[in-house]
Amino acid sequence: MEIKEKESVVVRFSGDSGDGMQLAGNIFSTVSATVGNSISTFPDYPADIRAPQGSLTGVSGFQVHIGAGQVFTPGDQCDVLVAMNAAALKTQYKFAKPDAAIIIDTDSFGPKDLEKAQFKTEDYLGEMGIDPDRVIACPLTTMVKDCLADTDMDVKSMLKCRNMFALGLVCWLFDRDLDIAFNFLKEKFAKKPGVAEANIKVIQAGYDYGHNTHSSVANVYRIETKNKVPGRYMDITGNKATAYGFIAAAEKAGLKLYLGSYPITPATDVLHELSKHKSLGVTTVQCEDEISGCASALGASFAGALAVTSTSGPGICLKSEAMNLAVIMELPLVVLDVQRGGPATGLPTKSEQTDLLQALFGRNGESPMPVIAAASPTDCFDAAYAACKMALEHMTPVILMTDAFVANGSGAFKLPNLAEYPAINPPYVPEELKGTWTPYMRAENGTRYWAVPGRQGFEHILGGLEKDDKTGAISTNPENHDLMTRKRQAKIDAIPVPDLEVLGDKDDAELLIVGFGGTFGHLHAAMDEMRAAGKKVAQAHFKFINPLPKNTAEVLKKYPKVVVAEQNMGQLAGWLRMKVDGFVPAQFNQVKGQPFVVAELVENFTQLLNK
Amino acid sequence: MAYTQNDFKKGQPRWCPGCGDHFFLASLHKAMAEIGVDPWNTAVISGIGCSSRLPHYMATYGMNTIHGRAAAIATGAKVANPNLTVWQVSGDGDGLAIGGNHFIHANRRNINLNMILLNNRIYGLTKGQYSPTSPRGFVSKSSPYGTVEDPFRPAELCFGARGHFFARAVATDAPGTIEVLKAAYEHKGASVCEILQNCVIFNNGTHDAVYDKAGRAKNAIYLKHGEKMLFGENNEYGIVQDGFGVKAVKLGEDGYTEADVLIHDAKCEDNTLQLKLAEMEWPVALGVIRDVEAPTYDDCVTAQIEEVKAQKKYHNFAELLETNDIWEVK
Repeated sequence: MEIKEKESVVVRFSGDSGDGMQLAGNIFSTVSATVGNSISTFPDYPADIRAPQGSLTGVSGFQVHIGAGQVFTPGDQCDVLVAMNAAALKTQYKFAKPDAAIIIDTDSFGPKDLEKAQFKTEDYLGEMGIDPDRVIACPLTTMVKDCLADTDMDVKSMLKCRNMFALGLVCWLFDRDLDIAFNFLKEKFAKKPGVAEANIKVIQAGYDYGHNTHSSVANVYRIETKNKVPGRYMDITGNKATAYGFIAAAEKAGLKLYLGSYPITPATDVLHELSKHKSLGVTTVQCEDEISGCASALGASFAGALAVTSTSGPGICLKSEAMNLAVIMELPLVVLDVQRGGPATGLPTKSEQTDLLQALFGRNGESPMPVIAAASPTDCFDAAYAACKMALEHMTPVILMTDAFVANGSGAFKLPNLAEYPAINPPYVPEELKGTWTPYMRAENGTRYWAVPGRQGFEHILGGLEKDDKTGAISTNPENHDLMTRKRQAKIDAIPVPDLEVLGDKDDAELLIVGFGGTFGHLHAAMDEMRAAGKKVAQAHFKFINPLPKNTAEVLKKYPKVVVAEQNMGQLAGWLRMKVDGFVPAQFNQVKGQPFVVAELVENFTQLLNK
Repeated sequence: MAYTQNDFKKGQPRWCPGCGDHFFLASLHKAMAEIGVDPWNTAVISGIGCSSRLPHYMATYGMNTIHGRAAAIATGAKVANPNLTVWQVSGDGDGLAIGGNHFIHANRRNINLNMILLNNRIYGLTKGQYSPTSPRGFVSKSSPYGTVEDPFRPAELCFGARGHFFARAVATDAPGTIEVLKAAYEHKGASVCEILQNCVIFNNGTHDAVYDKAGRAKNAIYLKHGEKMLFGENNEYGIVQDGFGVKAVKLGEDGYTEADVLIHDAKCEDNTLQLKLAEMEWPVALGVIRDVEAPTYDDCVTAQIEEVKAQKKYHNFAELLETNDIWEVK
């Protein structure tokens, strides 16, 4: 056996949706992150609640990329594939590198399993062209049962531990310290010590099995850690980081956090997370529909809370009416759109960037609204904080965009120190304006003042009808409407956002790669690969989409070739062309519901360079 | 602090002369003065429609929002800021058609809102289409041959959603309206007040039977909790039990005496008889029909937060971070 030192390795756990692959993957990434590896994860689960057992549509996957240095994506293809049944091998093998090690549970490759997975013969490895030398074939189910034979568990409960055997085996393969996994399980099953104990036993058995039969595989991998930024870290998903960002912003602003929401994949975890934290005073209302989620949040905003509503694209359709009301009432509101595949119900569990134009324009009337897009799971924290700050300080609804990939994926999150974050100062109406104040009186930067109910002398009415600039009364005066429209637009245009940063060969790049939101990691990895191959390439990634950074035109026009790569049909490219005179970029568009594949990006961009 | 109706008045209402909204607005100003909650601690939230213009004529905090969403917006305002007294004002279209879902869920959750339903059985602002409370066969601009659908009966919808408070008044009857508004304020939880009102332009006469004092004397019964349900110009009629239902009888006829007349019980948890009263076509029941105590959503949300605060050891963001599995890179 050879111990291979590697820069990075990708592991993909796959099995039936009921096989606990997400948990196994999560524990493995936590264990790896704890020893200081950089991690990036990607859960890839089916939309079906529970597809028939062993069927091709019921396969659930969890991919984790661990690296010595920084990793930016969960990886295109895996070095190790765990396939808990025949259907998993059939559907997931395409994600494996040609020399990947493959772990299978031979107990789940019986005639019936093979039939369900639509294998034609019993030689399933041959059928798929897999070299048997690369396969760790173990009777995993049998061994799990044997391992737990001396407990009083029933067979069904025993089988729930299969994922832990696979995890133990992978931990051995990567030379991982099992104690970290044990602690994780003890914590997770604190109220069910029996379950924790059984799982721990099975992990150990999986590890020992690997250790004892190691001659059957070629390598054990070791990922050392380098380029570490000292500090304290935790593993965090994008949705959790988003929820944390809201909590942090509310605390900084000294406001109650109110979430009005309705469950929708893939945004629901934000509702789950915030519902837990009542000890921080967080108020969550699971509303009767998406409309009410947004409308009630707007009511909460009027009443003086930091108001948030969370959803995905189909929910944005329903919320757009109340979002528009927030625009004309000029009240702070954060609308989270965790994008998924569309249109309509589309691909509920898959990732796309197809809501950008909806976020920018999907409302009646002239309805400008800031749009911010998070670049990675951990960036969701900063993006959420920025969205709240912007909404509160500029008295406007703000759309915060993430996507299924970023929301469900995770990364190592350096614990933020809230004291280092910028203050949040909403423009509360100054007491000295009592008597002369009207609702649409503006501060110097064009922002309306906030008069929260409970303050004597500032009673006022807001509403969906156009108001007179001076008196705040309903007005249909043509000049006034034109003026108010311009003022609402100017207010958004004047919001300061950070300049667009150029990474890579910023002085002499021949190609600039442009994207927004959750594709940052893949585009960055593509740039790195191209530069390693001697090409001159730079990257500019948009987090602030409306208003655009001030240096946008300057950056976009600086390089001989620009490609805008996005998971839609060209929405960012279109927005940039609208905003930057004469800008005509090349485009790379893919709408597959899956993350970009770095190799495909590199191939495409290289062709573009050579053209 | 003692208030007068003028402390709650603002601006010049722009409704058609004779519109029921004028009458209701005057009663609301008076009721608020009598209730005595400060204007700055009061929010009046409406949707869209003729009657939803009402917050513009209030010297309180207010929102005139979007069609149908008043109850949802009021929900957020009340839950986020329980110190506010929140009045939600909607017409029959705003409240029961486009906003029907929010109406039933606000009742089910029992949010401490005073929910006013101004029912003129017509869409006035869009100039005369039938509403969800227009009777079957109703002829309007959008139903020139008569509607082929049954209307909602607001009380039935409220009770079906497990509502705990339902009262009814006629807009032109100021004392009756003020009485139910005060009762709605006193009731903790969602309090629905159906206000019967006329639309002089598009549905003139819809509530004629009870719209003036003489009509109400003949055709309405003022319900009072704990009192016998007698009505008529000389209290010559009464409500008695009739099998599983109730009916109106003339005392002294068919062997009925005052001893047979039921005593109104607005506090009865079981809403069966209250529903029967609310649905009577003659006489029309006015006053507080149902008024039952129950935990309110906003109180429970606040209480749960306090309870969890006492249980959990983390109370700020920095402490929240520490509840995670953390590792240190040196």
